[in-house]
Parts: sequence; C-alpha cells; structure tokens
Amino acid sequence: MIRMGLKDELQQEVAGQAQDRMTLSVGPHHPATHGVLRLVLELEGETIVKATPEHGFLHTGIEKTAEHLTWQQAITVLDRMDYLSPLSNNLGYSLAVEKLLGIEVPPKAVWTRVLLAELQRISSHLVYFGTGGMDVGAMTPIFLAFDIREMILDIFEEVAGSRLHQSYFRIGGLQQDLPANFNEIMRNFIKKFPERLEELKNLILENPIFIDRTKGIGKLSPEEAIAHGLTGPNLRASGVPYDVRKAFPYCDYDKFDFEVPIGKNGDCYDRMVVRMREIEESFKIVQQAFEGMPEGPFRCEDRKISLPPKAEVKQSMEALIHHFKLVSYGFDVPPGEVYQAVESARGEFAVYVVSMGTNKPWRVRVRPPSFYAVHALPAMLKNCQIADMVVVIAAADPVFGEVDR
Amino acid sequence: MSKGPGWAALEELRREVIPEILKAFPEGVRELPTPFEIPQLQAEPGQIRPLAQWLKARGFNMLLDLSAVDYYPHRQGDGRFEVVYHFFAWPQLWKLRVRVPVGGERPEVDSLSDLWPNANPAEREVWDQFGIRFRGHPNLTRILNPDDFEGHPLRKDFPLRGHRDLITDIPLAERNPYQPIKE
Repeated sequence: MIRMGLKDELQQEVAGQAQDRMTLSVGPHHPATHGVLRLVLELEGETIVKATPEHGFLHTGIEKTAEHLTWQQAITVLDRMDYLSPLSNNLGYSLAVEKLLGIEVPPKAVWTRVLLAELQRISSHLVYFGTGGMDVGAMTPIFLAFDIREMILDIFEEVAGSRLHQSYFRIGGLQQDLPANFNEIMRNFIKKFPERLEELKNLILENPIFIDRTKGIGKLSPEEAIAHGLTGPNLRASGVPYDVRKAFPYCDYDKFDFEVPIGKNGDCYDRMVVRMREIEESFKIVQQAFEGMPEGPFRCEDRKISLPPKAEVKQSMEALIHHFKLVSYGFDVPPGEVYQAVESARGEFAVYVVSMGTNKPWRVRVRPPSFYAVHALPAMLKNCQIADMVVVIAAADPVFGEVDR
Repeated sequence: MSKGPGWAALEELRREVIPEILKAFPEGVRELPTPFEIPQLQAEPGQIRPLAQWLKARGFNMLLDLSAVDYYPHRQGDGRFEVVYHFFAWPQLWKLRVRVPVGGERPEVDSLSDLWPNANPAEREVWDQFGIRFRGHPNLTRILNPDDFEGHPLRKDFPLRGHRDLITDIPLAERNPYQPIKE
C-alpha cells in the first residue's frame, strides 16, 4: 500500500513557507521523544517558529478492545495504556464501574489502593527524572532513579505478582490479599527511600548545568495551560493548584495529610521541581497509608461481583456456581454513564464509562492527560531553540501508550 | 463520600448555574437527570456552539474532554451518536457534561477549536474514530489511524477483527482503489 509519502508532505509544507525558513521533521524514531512522536518543526535559524506534533504510531485500539471484553477483563487492556502508571488506570476504571454498580469497597482495599497508587506515582516520576536526565545529557540520574524504582517494582512483584502490568485493582476491591511479608518489605522501603531520593534530588535540582538547561524554557502562562487542557504537574507548574485528590477526593484522600506543590514560572525547571516535590508528598501519603492500614476483607463480599475464596468453592455449591458464572459470563452493570477522574502521575486521568446493562462495557472513553500535553507542545516550543526541544518534550512527560491508546 | 470542595461546587453548579443555562437556552437544551455528581445537559447539534460560547463567558475556561459514543443498534438514524463534552471551570471547580445527539447519513456538529485550542486534536480523534464531522474545523484529518485507513473503528458496526482480508489473491497493484499509486 503506497500512500502519500513523507517527501510529498514535506514538499507541500515547504512550498508555502518563507524563504529563510527550514522545515525539519524530527522522529518518529527519535530516542528523545519518549515513545514515537513525530514533530514537524519550522525553523528560523535555530529558533522554532512552529511545531506540529504527529502521533498515532502506537495506536492499538484499546478502547475498542475493551468494548469486547467483560467488565472485569477490560482492566487488563487498560493497564497497557499508561504503561508507567498502570495502577492509576486500574484505579480510575474500577472506581467508575463501582460507582455504576453502587458498591462499597472495604476500607483495607481503599487504603491499599491509595498506598500502591502513590508508590506508582513515585515510580513513574522516577522514570521521568531518569530519562529526563538523559535528555539533557546526564547519564547518572537514570541509574540512581531506576535503582530506587527497582525497590518499588519489587514491592509490586511481591503484592501483585508482576512488576509492570499489575491489574491488581479489580472491580470490588483487590485481586488478592496483601502478602504476609508486606509489613517487612514496606518498612524496609520506608527506611531506605528518603536517603536515596535525597541523592537523586541533589544531583538533579541543584546541578548548575541542569538548571541552565531548564530554567525559562518552554514557558506556559496559567491561562494558556488551562486553555490547552493541561492537568496534573504540568498545570501545577504554571501555578494553578488543581489536584483531583484535593478538589474531588476519591478513595478517602481527604483523610490524608499532604500538600499540592505548585510552581511559579511554568517553565521546564518548575515542571521538574513540582514532580520532585510531588514524590516527597506521595511518600508522606505512603507512610500514612501504611501506618493506618485497616484490617478486614480485601474485596467486597458481594458474591455477584467478586470471586468466592477457593476453599469455599470446594465445599459449597453456591460458591461454585458463583465462581463459574463470574469467570464465564461476568456480571451485568446497571445502565448509565459515569465520569470518574483520578490524579494519575500525568494529570487528570478520567474514565467515561457507558453501560447498557450488559456484561460488557458499551463504551470506555479514557481522558488521556498526556494526549493534551502533547498537543500543548507547540505552545511550549514556540520561540525555543532547537536544542531545547528535547528538554521541553521530556519535561512535559508524555507517555505514548496513553496518547495513542 | 469523601469531603472535598469540588463536590460542594458541583451542588452549587446544579443549584445556580444550570437554571441560568436553561433560561438562556429555553429551546434545544435540557437537563438530563443523573444519579451521579456531575450534572449533565442535552443540547441540540445547532445549539452547542452558542452554548459553548455562553459557558466560556460564564467561567468554564477548560474543555476537559471531548469524545463520542455510538449507540447503534439501540439508536439508529438521527440520534445514533452522541458527542460528549466535559467542561471545567477553574477556580470555581464546576464540571459539566453536555451530550449532543447527532446522526444521519453525514453526522456533523459545530467545531469548538477556535474557543479552546485542545478541542482541535480531540475533534480530530472523534472524526478518526467515529466519522463525525466538525463544521469549521481547520484541520480535520485522522490523528490515531493512518491517513489511508478505511472506516471508523469505534463505530459499533465496525468489526473487532477482519474488517479487511489479510490474505487476498488480488494483486498488490489493484488492491487499494482509493488512492492511485504514486512514484
């Protein structure tokens, strides 16, 4: 299949532009684009006059696939969207479906969700600092950051059985109970983490080269950031203290004591500082959630929604029927539509779920925070130097699994 | 229910702003009852642009999300699709959902890309996935699928698998009748 090639497209664009301008196509296979992003830059000398993002190279039809899976199965494909923070995706979707079903999740499940979602935020921001460091030419941060992230992934492995795509939050609670050694591994993590983070923090935020490369680059005013639909750390770096956890608390977030860090200038440096302080705030929440972890069941007791314990299945007829029914057919969800937002590592991750009363979702629309961040790149890149382009992309933190879905 | 400023703001929105909207648009906009927190309105396709302009002037400065839902085969003909808008007002913390039923042979609705810059990519995505056109959009091209993709995958009559043959005996040169072969 031969389509209008890149060459023709570029020729068309070049034909309509001023004499002293140059069009440069960056990507899609560029190591600094954090996935596959193509940027068509219009340059005047080394200054970017106009940037046009093009994406879709990772499009896998996740929303379509989810419509063909049962409610519980759809969690597994939603994991694959924002692959740096899959638990936030799980959380948003589970909360939306639970709202439609009208079920209450036991407190232990709620607090575990908070704990793990915050750990996930830390691990996602650590990747951000690691790869962001590489983008400005520093090789060391990635080793430090991935070393810390490794501890978090080990916790995920102990808890959920897998390190990256956990699918641990299920509709009605959690997939399985916390492991017996959970307290031990968490205490170990809480003891080691602050010191290791301090090392990374000093290396990045107090490094003069880092500051020179990021300060005053890619500025966005609060009005612009709001108009472009930016959320999360990118919006807060511009000085707008909007955080879904504070404004529309879900999962008992109103019971935790944490602050919402904001920036002043809305440049790349502020985006990094906000994320670093967010790691510290998340760590505070992790500690509180670990210390106050309630006892009790880890998923709701409604046998029409969550699986019965295996021991019961071997003894009881009803339990066996429930098990069979849940595994083969799933459950029906009452008709309706709900918009559930959660604060993921990238911003307001929201799921708009439509149910028609069947055992499969009618529509799962995901509001991808990094989709809007990618389309705010032209505004950030305007009048930047071409050498700073990589920094701007890195600081905006797009994840292309989520942009393209 | 957790306590938070946003939930109280949504109550305020329901109490104060929704009656204002219904008064300003007596024809073509109505409130849809919902058991959940975010209030929702239904607007006729012709009303969405004036409504959006009104909302923007009233403080809704962020277009949170723009997407669509296909209700085929439950609804056919004129109301087959619904374009769903989520508006957000900072710092009032109002969230409002507006649902616009569209349909027919050539579903079309007015574009909002001059009001909010992020409507531009979101509308491109809806065009790509559902084939709903946006009147007045500056650059309505595919965004996720390749430019030569046939069909609109999130439509309910688009199959999950096998929308085209993987193995065919038609020679390569004749396979794609939509675009002449270049080079």
